[in-house]
Order: sequence, then C-alpha cells, then structure tokens
Amino acid sequence: MDLLNALVALTNFVLVPGLAYGSQLALGALGVTLIYGILRFSNFAHGDTMAFGAMVTILFTWLFQSMGLSAGPLPTALLALPFGILGTIALALFTDKTVYRFYRQQKAKPVIFVMVSLGVMFMMNGIVRFIIGPSDQRFTDGERFVISARTFKKLTGLQEGLAIKTTEALTVVTAVIVVAVLFWFLNKTRTGKSMRAYSDNEDLALLSGINPERVVMYTWMIVAALATIAGVLYGLDKSFKPFTYFQLLLPIFASAIVGGLGNPIGAIAGGFIIAFSEVTITYAWKKVLTYGLPDSLAPDGLVQLLSTDYKFAVSFAILIVVLLFKPTGLFKGKAV
Amino acid sequence: MKKLLMATAAAALTAGTAYAGGHAKEVKLGVLFGFTGPIESLAPAMGDGAELAMEEVTKSGKLLDSATVTPVRADTGCIDNGLAVANGEKLVAEGVNGIIGGDCSGVTGAILQNVAIPNGMVMISPSATSPGLSTMEDNGLFFRTSPSDAREGQVMAEILKERGINSIALTYTNNDYGKGLADAIQSSFEEVGGEVTIVTAHEDGKGDYSAEVGALASAGGDVLVVAGYLDQGGLGIIQGALDSGAFETFGLPGGMIGDSLPANVGADLDGSFGQIAGSDSKGAEIFAEMAKERGFDGTSAYASESYDAAALFLLAMQAANSTNPADYVGKILEVANAPGEPINPGELGKALEILAAGGDIDYQGATGVELIGPGESAGSYREIEVKDGKNETLRFR
Repeated sequence: MDLLNALVALTNFVLVPGLAYGSQLALGALGVTLIYGILRFSNFAHGDTMAFGAMVTILFTWLFQSMGLSAGPLPTALLALPFGILGTIALALFTDKTVYRFYRQQKAKPVIFVMVSLGVMFMMNGIVRFIIGPSDQRFTDGERFVISARTFKKLTGLQEGLAIKTTEALTVVTAVIVVAVLFWFLNKTRTGKSMRAYSDNEDLALLSGINPERVVMYTWMIVAALATIAGVLYGLDKSFKPFTYFQLLLPIFASAIVGGLGNPIGAIAGGFIIAFSEVTITYAWKKVLTYGLPDSLAPDGLVQLLSTDYKFAVSFAILIVVLLFKPTGLFKGKAV
Repeated sequence: MKKLLMATAAAALTAGTAYAGGHAKEVKLGVLFGFTGPIESLAPAMGDGAELAMEEVTKSGKLLDSATVTPVRADTGCIDNGLAVANGEKLVAEGVNGIIGGDCSGVTGAILQNVAIPNGMVMISPSATSPGLSTMEDNGLFFRTSPSDAREGQVMAEILKERGINSIALTYTNNDYGKGLADAIQSSFEEVGGEVTIVTAHEDGKGDYSAEVGALASAGGDVLVVAGYLDQGGLGIIQGALDSGAFETFGLPGGMIGDSLPANVGADLDGSFGQIAGSDSKGAEIFAEMAKERGFDGTSAYASESYDAAALFLLAMQAANSTNPADYVGKILEVANAPGEPINPGELGKALEILAAGGDIDYQGATGVELIGPGESAGSYREIEVKDGKNETLRFR
C-alpha cells in the first residue's frame, strides 16, 4: 500500500506534469528545428508565433462560445484550432513575403536572419498585445479533469491523489498524432521528401528541379500549424498570456539544441529531456521516500537535490554539457 | 516634431485655465509604473488613480498660480532595472517636478539610487513594499504610501495563528518584494510558534510550475502561503496546487489580492484568506466613487495609494509654494500627518485653499495616509477571505 502511495505521488507530481510539459516543448521545438533545418536560421519569433496562433484560436473560441457551439467534454478551442492555424499560416506567409524573402534573395548570412527574426518577434509581440491585451486570458471549458485527486482517493482508498487534467491528456494525445502525421509527411510524401532534400543540400536540390519558394512556403505552413497547436495546448493547459510565450522561447530552444538542431526526432527527445530534468532534479523526494522506505529510514529533510530556484539552471547545464561534448546535439543535428 | 506635439498638447490642456488665471504655470509629475511586465494588469488603474488626483487639482485651479498638472507616463517593466532607470532619467530630462513610482520594489530601489539621488528628485511610491527600502540611504527623497512588508509579515502571522494553523509551506516570487515578504512572514510566524516546512522561490512569467508544486506538496503543511503576484507565478502555483490536490487552502498576501484571482481560479479558492494594505477610512469609498465616474476600478490594488501619492506631491508643493523638489520635500510629512484639517479624496481644492491661506491640513486621502519613520505608511490592513468567488473584507487590523 505504501509503495502504491509512493508511486501515485510520483506520478501525480512528476510523471504527469512532465509528460504534458514535455509534449508542449516538443511541439514548439519541432517548429524551431524545421525552420533551422530548412531555412537555416534560428527563428526567435517562434514563441510569439505560438502566441499569435493561440490568440486567433481564442478569438474563434469566444465566437463559438457565444454562438453556443461546444465540443462536449472537450474544450471548444479544439473546434477553433483549424481557424487559428489558417490565421497563423496567413501571418507566417505574409511575414515571409514581406520580410524574409528580401533577405533570402540577398543571400544574407544566418546571423542577419536571426536579427531579422528578432525584429519580427517584437512586431508580433506588439500585434498580439495590441489585439488581445497583455493580461491573462482563460478559454478552457468542457470537463476539467479526466480524473481529479479527490475522486481518485475515493476510488482507490489511497492517501495520495492522482489528478489528470483533460488538457494534459489532450496534450499528449494531440502531440502523438501531430508527430505521427508530420513524420509520415516528411518521409512519405513528395513535398516532404523535397523539403528534406532541400535541407540536406540546397544546391543539389535546386539542380534536381525542386522549387525553393515552394519548399519555403510549405515549411512556413507546417511551422505555423505546429506553432498554433503548441500554443493552444500550452494555453489550454496553463493559461494564455503573451509574456509567458515570450519566456517559453528559452526552454524551446534548449530542447531543440539538446536534441540536435534540424533533427525532428531530436526536438521531441529534447523537449522531454528538458521538461523532466526541470521537474525531477528539483523535486523534493521526502514524500515518496517516506512512503517507500521503512519508518526507521524515513528522511527528516526534504531530500531535494537542488532548490526549485535552479530549475532554469538545470536545463542550461544540460545544454552546456551537450554542446561541450556533442555539439551537434544528442541526435546528430547540424552543428550550431 | 515631438516638442511641437507636446507644446500643442500642453497648450490645449492649459487653454481653459490659462485664460482664467492669466499666467499659468505647468507642473509635471512623472508616473513611473510597470505598464508592461508582471503587474501590467494593475498598472493602468494605478496610473488612472494618480492622474485622477492631478485632474482634480488642475480643475480646481488653486495650485500655486493656478498651475496645471500634467502627467508624464513611463514604464518600469516592474522587474527591468535597466528600463526603469533609463525611463527615470528620461522623466528628469523632460523636467518633471516629482516622480510617482516606481511600483515594484526592485526597480524602485534602482531608480532611487541611480536617478532620484543624483538628481535630487523626490519619489513617492504607491506600491513598493520591500522592508529593504526602509533602511536604504535615500537622502530623505523617498516616500511611500504603502506600508513595509515587515508589518505585513506580522499581520499574516497573527491571522494564521488565530485560525489555528500550525504549519505552512511558503513560496515567494523571486525578487526583492517576494524575498522580503517571505522573510518577514517566516520570522514572524516562527516567533509565534508556527512551523514553516519549506520556503521556495518561483519565477514569474512561466506557465509551468509543476516542479515548484511538487516540492511544496512533498514538504506539506496546513496551508500554502503564496507571496507572489496574482497575474503571474502566484496564480500558476495556486492553480497547479489545486489541480494536483496538493493544497486546498491558501494564504494570500497583498500581491495576491485582486478580483482577477478568484475569478480565474473559481470556487476552489473559497476559504482561502489573506490581507492587503488598506483602511476602513471614508476616503476609500469616496475614491471608489470618483474612480467609477472616471471609468476605472478604484478598488484595484494600489490605485488608491497612487492617488494619494500624486495628491501628496501637489499638496506639499502648495505648502512650500514651490515646485522645486528641494523646497517641497520637507513639507510632505507635514501635509500627510496631523495636526490640521482632515482631507478626503475629492477635497484637494479645499486643501489647496487652506494651505494657500497658511493653514494646516492632515491629508487622509483614499487610504487614511499616516506616514511614519523614514516616510512610509504606518500600515493598516484589510483581512480578506474568499467567499463565493469574491474577496470579502472580514475586518481591519
């Protein structure tokens, strides 16, 4: 019984939140990595693209809610998601046409692209705040929990509760589906193959008749869709606030780099590594150990490796170690 | 172009009183709040509060030679020292006669050290509550209309004890304000015999607080005291703790009191309690009415303190018959405290008249202003409990 309690406490406070957060980071990192792989620059505007996508989705969610549409136990935002994606694709293509294309034609160096994306980031930052305002927006509706801590306790008679939020379950399921579709697309379809060819060797791809503008366009469309999905899931699970999405940029880049920039599998692995390292290393193991060990061995202290203040430090320590020993990331991406 | 615009704006503003008063002067007050950043949802009402006092004085036409008061807004970012100092310097360069601000404790200290002291500029902050600011060397230039958190720590410990709570877990937002308040709560609570199981910081602006909630849950405690911001990490921590079933009741210090918290969290927050600087003076009601008329929420946290900060500046200027910081700084405590005619919000015109005639006033304002020691509010607190999704005031301490 005690062992079960320990397991449940661990699942509740480490496993479930880590999985959900990891999936959100993975989806974000996938977008960053695709841009890096195909367009060859670090897109700092990604966090704010996510915010924009989530914002459009929220606006449609509100519209649907006022019309009385709902998805039953699931959040209405799922219905609005396709419209959010379309809106974000429009914005991404517009930015590409008006900003990035100019620098592409100039054959600008990657570092210039990075600076340009920084500018785009500030623009999007402003647009989002201008339209929806800087404060918290909540748009989660439907059933809140798959299972709540209280129900779980009643059901099992255990001391520890296990809560799984609908949004957490939804996040993981959606992430799996999206990743499966993305890999199928990249590996099996003609467009996906041409994207990978363009990423591997631009000149060779051009010689074999691949239209670069088309590849770029598809990339932006996919990235916009990924960003919107990641942004909406994150907003559903936590809450929507433009400032948070801006802050999210750091762990997303850490995930992409740890996994290997330009490598989609690496981005997913990186997302989970960053998420779990943040949660496990700073977790106070007191409760779990008190349940798991005999009374005489039960700890007095918190048994916490690092205080939660060092949460950021953990992901960046991993980032530095990876860059020192394996500069291309765990899953062989492009060198940074 | 900018100068021209400003000149036109100033001319338009002064036009009304200028013709009436003959030769009007302009008094400029800097409004230096975190219009972006962690308390960006509180800052607009604070700005409105300060500007309400300025409008009232301008309209009365009784300040000095019927001077008009113009607010100059600038941003601190709440946690961005570089931005705050740069904007503070910009305000000084634009020729403000005083600075209302900053808002968050960290930037306030930075502005004080880098802008106010070198330039001899007076600052009145409506919301910086770090105990560190009481002892910081300020050349007598710094005042605040909110009390120090050291006092809030005592009040919180009293409330916890009276509710029969023996152990708490404590988390704070990782900055000067949070750290100072957490230290105050911890030491006061331990003094009255309570146990603090864990003290841990959280960063604002993150959406995910599972690591923090995990650590707090593991340490345990009767309630979780969250010394953070209601729009930021504080909200995230509470949401996370409720969702995972870690804690059910929360202790909420001043930074966590606001209508948005119960609205965002919902029914689960019922039964949580806390306190925020505030008094049961008549002024608070009057101010709320005036705010409603002007179209903002006067009960929003620190809006009334902002009104008082602006009013204190203008009253001190009138008492000193000068807009020069070096001249009026000595009058601030004088107009704020007894003896004299008590002054409520909306009576600034009357106060200016009394001062012009050489009389004495005791400015009460929207928060029952009483400045003590190094120029900070003495500190009465509203004890609050969340009932049916509303912050209800239980009593005043």
